[in-house]
Amino acid sequence: MSTLLHVTDLRTTYVTHGGGRPVAAVDGVSFDLERGECLGLVGESGSGKTTTCLSIVGLLPAAARIDGGSIEFDGQQLVGRSAEELSEIRGRQIAMILQDPMASLNPLLTIYDQVAEPAYYHRGARGTGLRRHVLDLLRAVRIPSPEVRMAEYPHQMSGGMRQRVVGAIALSAGPQLIIADEPTTNLDVTIQAQYLNLLKDLQRRTGVSLLFVTHNLGIVAHMCDRVAVMYAGQIVEQGPVRDLFQTPRHPYTQALLRSIPKLGSREPLYAIPGQPPDLAELPGGCAFHPRCPRALETCASEAPPETAIAARHLARCWLLNP
Amino acid sequence: MSGATPLLELRDVKKYFPAGGARMPWVAPRWVKAVDGVNLSIHAGETVGLVGESGCGKTTTTRLILRLERPTQGQVLFEGRDVFALKGRDLQRYRQSVQAVFQDPYSSLNPRMRIGDIIGEPLEAQGGLSRQTIKAKVGDALSLVGLRPANATRFPHEFSGGQRQRIAIARAIATSARLIVLDEPVSALDVSIRAQIMTLLEDLQRQLGVSFLFIGHDLATVIHISQRIAVMYLGNIVEEASADVLSATPMHPYTRALFAAALPPDPFEAPITAMVEGGVPTALAPPSGCHFHPRCPYAMARCSTEAPELLPVDGRAIACHLYSECLSVPSS
Repeated sequence: MSTLLHVTDLRTTYVTHGGGRPVAAVDGVSFDLERGECLGLVGESGSGKTTTCLSIVGLLPAAARIDGGSIEFDGQQLVGRSAEELSEIRGRQIAMILQDPMASLNPLLTIYDQVAEPAYYHRGARGTGLRRHVLDLLRAVRIPSPEVRMAEYPHQMSGGMRQRVVGAIALSAGPQLIIADEPTTNLDVTIQAQYLNLLKDLQRRTGVSLLFVTHNLGIVAHMCDRVAVMYAGQIVEQGPVRDLFQTPRHPYTQALLRSIPKLGSREPLYAIPGQPPDLAELPGGCAFHPRCPRALETCASEAPPETAIAARHLARCWLLNP
Repeated sequence: MSGATPLLELRDVKKYFPAGGARMPWVAPRWVKAVDGVNLSIHAGETVGLVGESGCGKTTTTRLILRLERPTQGQVLFEGRDVFALKGRDLQRYRQSVQAVFQDPYSSLNPRMRIGDIIGEPLEAQGGLSRQTIKAKVGDALSLVGLRPANATRFPHEFSGGQRQRIAIARAIATSARLIVLDEPVSALDVSIRAQIMTLLEDLQRQLGVSFLFIGHDLATVIHISQRIAVMYLGNIVEEASADVLSATPMHPYTRALFAAALPPDPFEAPITAMVEGGVPTALAPPSGCHFHPRCPYAMARCSTEAPELLPVDGRAIACHLYSECLSVPSS
């Protein structure tokens, strides 16, 4: 396997209203993504998952900017590229699947038009070739009777079908990387299972890399090869999925895993005290220390460094640095 | 427990909504059968979980219990009395006894009211309580949900999602409610906050003896908090059992599909199996016979013509021809 995406010490800040201090939504994030691999990015709202993704594709809102670090994609540096260059890379090599399929589809265009667009612009597909390509994609995402459905509009489809269309659009230009930002949050559980299976299957067949953003650890356990857990703009722990679920080393990861109800277990849930911090008023030292059951004195004053625990398993915690 | 009169009982409750479009007298009306013959009872101090996907009738069921909708047929009984026949003081007492907490604490709290007024409003509606009493009760309710009574003067926007949900719960318990309908109360919250609210609800039940009807789509969450579970599909309860029995051996093919689609946070578990294909059909034209038959991997000829009844099998109730014919679990 070779590295497709190499993010080092990424910092993205938002300018706040009223000229306050800029807020670091992503604060020194580093990770790698191999070709054909699925990396899960987990965290609660405000932990910086989405900002990390938007930084990679260059779709940050006007109030945000990348302040430092590097994003290397397929050997090219993405930080500091012009909007035109990024738009070219984005369309051809990186695709995105967003949470709400209704908001990401154009209600005025047919399914055919929307699935055809990336292939038309980025692969130069035309005429019957383009038509065949669209049909293949709709079949790949298992839309029944694609010849009929491709002439329809988004409102004629159910939520699950719309999200499949979004998947077909993402694959249309033949990208190397798909970033999926909570793609199943709005779907029913049986539909979610179907969609996740489909994504996994497509990934195996096309060899595309997947950056999967979610707050659902169940999805990560089933979809991803590796996982990075974010808290207050930083990756606090990352590693192979099995290692991280079996031997979580960061107290936040441990607490998170103990706070989810599990089928067949009546054990009382562990409730993490307090709430995720406000990024504008982050506690000093380790951002998790006020909620951490095992906080040391150092934790309040100094931010912990990233420590290697095992092969590719890293965590930021003073407990691991005696 | 089964001997006593249940706190709340639904008896063959149906709710049909007229389908959209102009209603011409010469055109037969079309109905959406949102709830189509539901029997359910909730005992004092008990938590009953109601699971199902969107459009299965969970929310309509709660609206019927809250008297926000009138049933097309059937009865809702509270302590043995028909809720829709209540008048005057009795009706007021019912409204105080049955409260609700909704999914989104950002839209369920009026942004222009202070916390104290939000929690105090149901008490004021009760009438006859002095300002002092109301203030004291609001303070008590806030303490019970883990917030300081001094927060009564603040506005909802000053609180986080989790705290807002605590405020919504405080409003529900302020009138000494006997039953609280919890409609997806943790779905909109962050993962680390969900456990806090779940633990709070369990504590409140121990302290106050209140009953819960817990609506959810996440099986693990509903099973964790409930003693009994009812699984709904397209307006019907398809299986009802104690939480332990259901999680040990789900029997109805739809319940099994829900279990198969649940994603345990464990990478060593078997991969996701989408046991069923397709989505929930529209309630406007539900499939004939058993509504689940077009998606059911075990469907037989009989399933498409004859709707199965909810029948008791091995200490649970199940609506499936597989079990009404032979009382054994098919091997999967």
